[in-house]
Amino acid sequence: MSLGLEQVHQIATLARLELTDEQTERYSGQLSAILELVDELRAADTTGVEAMNHPLGMTQRLRPDTATEPNRRDAFQEVAPAVDNGLYLVPKVI
Amino acid sequence: MHELSIREMSEALRDRRISSRELTQHFLDRIAHFDARLNSFITVTPERALQQADAADARLAQGADTAPPLLGIPLAEKDIFCTEGVRTSCGSKMLDNFIAPYSATAVRKLHDEAGAVLLGKCNMDEFAMGSSNETSFYGPVKNPWDETRVPGGSSGGSAAAVAASLAPAATATDTGGSIRQPAALTGLTGIKPTYGRVSRYGMIAFASSLDQGGVLAHSAEDAAYVLQAMAGFDPRDSTSVDRPVEDYTATLNAPLKGLRIGLPGEYFTDGLDAKVRVAIDAATEVFRQLGAEVRPVSLPHAALAVPTYYVVAPAEASSNLSRYDGVRYGHRTEGATSLEELYRKSRAEGFGAEVQRRIMVGTYVLSHGYYDAYYRQAQKVRRLIAQDFDAAFQQVDMLLGPTTTDIAFKLGEKTADPVSMYLNDVYTIAANLAGIPAMNLPCGFKTVGDAELPIGLQLMGSAFTEARLLNAAHQYQQATGWHQRRPVNFE
Repeated sequence: MSLGLEQVHQIATLARLELTDEQTERYSGQLSAILELVDELRAADTTGVEAMNHPLGMTQRLRPDTATEPNRRDAFQEVAPAVDNGLYLVPKVI
Repeated sequence: MHELSIREMSEALRDRRISSRELTQHFLDRIAHFDARLNSFITVTPERALQQADAADARLAQGADTAPPLLGIPLAEKDIFCTEGVRTSCGSKMLDNFIAPYSATAVRKLHDEAGAVLLGKCNMDEFAMGSSNETSFYGPVKNPWDETRVPGGSSGGSAAAVAASLAPAATATDTGGSIRQPAALTGLTGIKPTYGRVSRYGMIAFASSLDQGGVLAHSAEDAAYVLQAMAGFDPRDSTSVDRPVEDYTATLNAPLKGLRIGLPGEYFTDGLDAKVRVAIDAATEVFRQLGAEVRPVSLPHAALAVPTYYVVAPAEASSNLSRYDGVRYGHRTEGATSLEELYRKSRAEGFGAEVQRRIMVGTYVLSHGYYDAYYRQAQKVRRLIAQDFDAAFQQVDMLLGPTTTDIAFKLGEKTADPVSMYLNDVYTIAANLAGIPAMNLPCGFKTVGDAELPIGLQLMGSAFTEARLLNAAHQYQQATGWHQRRPVNFE
C-alpha cells in the first residue's frame, strides 16, 4: 500500500497536524514503507479467530459511582497555557 | 560506593556505615561529573534528592528494623512517570513546560512509601517512540560502553545512567522492548513485568494495551528489590490486576533443577548475529549445568509480531496523543486565530517527526474503510501470537532467546529509515502483544575495534511468573560475572 500526497494530507487533517509540503512529501515515502511492512498481516489466515482487545482477556473493572478525588482545579489549571476565572481560553469559536 | 548492590547499600545504610545523604551526594556528583558526555538525564533534582535523603536518614536513626529495603536508596525515574512538582517532559517539546500536578502511582510507591530518593528524570525517546533514544527533544543519549553508539530506546537515558553507575537503578517502561532492548545494549538486567502488574496511573500513555512499567538495574537481585516496591494493584488504573505481589527476593536462591527452558526456533534464524548466537548458546549451556532441561519449541507466528505491533501501537498512540491540543497543558502555538489552527499548529510544533509518523499511521489504520483490513486483522493476529505462547508454556516453564539481533549500533545509523529502526524490536515485541513478563540479562561481550559491547539474552515467562524469571536470572548471575562488568571510562 503506498500513500500519495493527497492521502497524506487527508490523514494529517484527520490527525490535526499541519504539515509543510516538504514534510508531506517525506512522510508519503516513509508512511508507504511502514504500510508495506504491516501489509504482511494480510496474508495471515485469521478465519474464525477472535480479535484480541486485552492481553489478559480482562474486562473493565467497575467501581461505585462516588466521588473519590478532591477538586484540584487550580493545581491542574496552573499548567494550562491560558485560563481565566477557572475557564480554559481558546481562540474565538463563533 | 557506586559499585555496591542495592542490598549492600541498604545494609550499609542500616548499619549506619554510610548515610543516605552521603550516598545521594555521591551519585549527584557522578551525574554532575559524567552526564555531560552521556545526556542521560533531562532533569536532575539535587535539592529534592538531598531533602529526601535527610528524611531517610532521620527515619533510619529512629530504628532500622522496620525500614523498607529501599529507604534512602537513590533511584532515577524515566521522564515518562509524572512526578509532582517536577517537569515531566516525556522527551517531547510538547511537554517541555509541563510541571506534573500529581505523581504516578509507581513514583509514589517508590519514593513516598518505600522511601527511595529521586535523583532526577531520565532522557528517553519522545513519547517512548523509538529504539535508539535519538527521537528525544533533548538530544540523543550516548552508550557508556562506546560513546559513538546508541544506548537503545526508548528507555535509553535510564539505561545509560545505570550502566555508567550514575544511579543504582532506574525505572523504565516497555511497550515493544523499551526496557529489554536498552538493557541488552548497555549490559543491564531489565524486567518488563506482566501487563497490569505495575500501575500505569501517571505513566504517560503511548499504547495502553501494551505499556508496562518496570526496572533497569545491574542485577536480577537489584531489579527484584525495585520491582517489589513498584508492583501491586492500583484502583486508579482500570487495567491494574488485583492479585497479590509475590515476594521476589525470597525465591532468588531457589535451585533451577528441573526448570524446563524452551528455545524458540524462530528466534535463532539468519537475522541473528553469529557472535550473539555463540553467547546465547553458551548461556544456554550454563542454565543446563544449573539443572535446567532445555528443549526446542516453536512460536509459529513470530514473524508477524513486528507488523502486528506497528498497527496496534500507532493506533492506540494516535488516540492517546489526541489529548495534546494546546488547550489544557503542554505546548501551544502563538497567534492562532481559530481553534482548528490552534490544534494543528500546536501539534505540528510540539511533536517530533517519529511521533507524527506514528500518529498518522494510527489515524490511517483506524480510518473508515481501513479499520477491518488493518486494525481488526492485527488484533486477530495478536491472538494467534498470544496462543503460540500459551502452547509453548504447556511444554516449558520459560523461553530463552536473544533480546536483539546484534550489539548497539552507531548513532545516526538507522535514523534515516524508520522501518530499519522498527526491526530492532523483532524479538521483544511479541511479549508485549501477549502481555507476558520478559527480561534481559547480560550474557557476554562482542569486541568491535577498541570497544567491547554487551550482548543480552531474553527470558520470557507466562503471565505473573516474575519471581521465577528473576530466580532464573539470579542463579545465572551467581554462576557468571557478565552483570558485574562496568564501562571503563566511568569509574
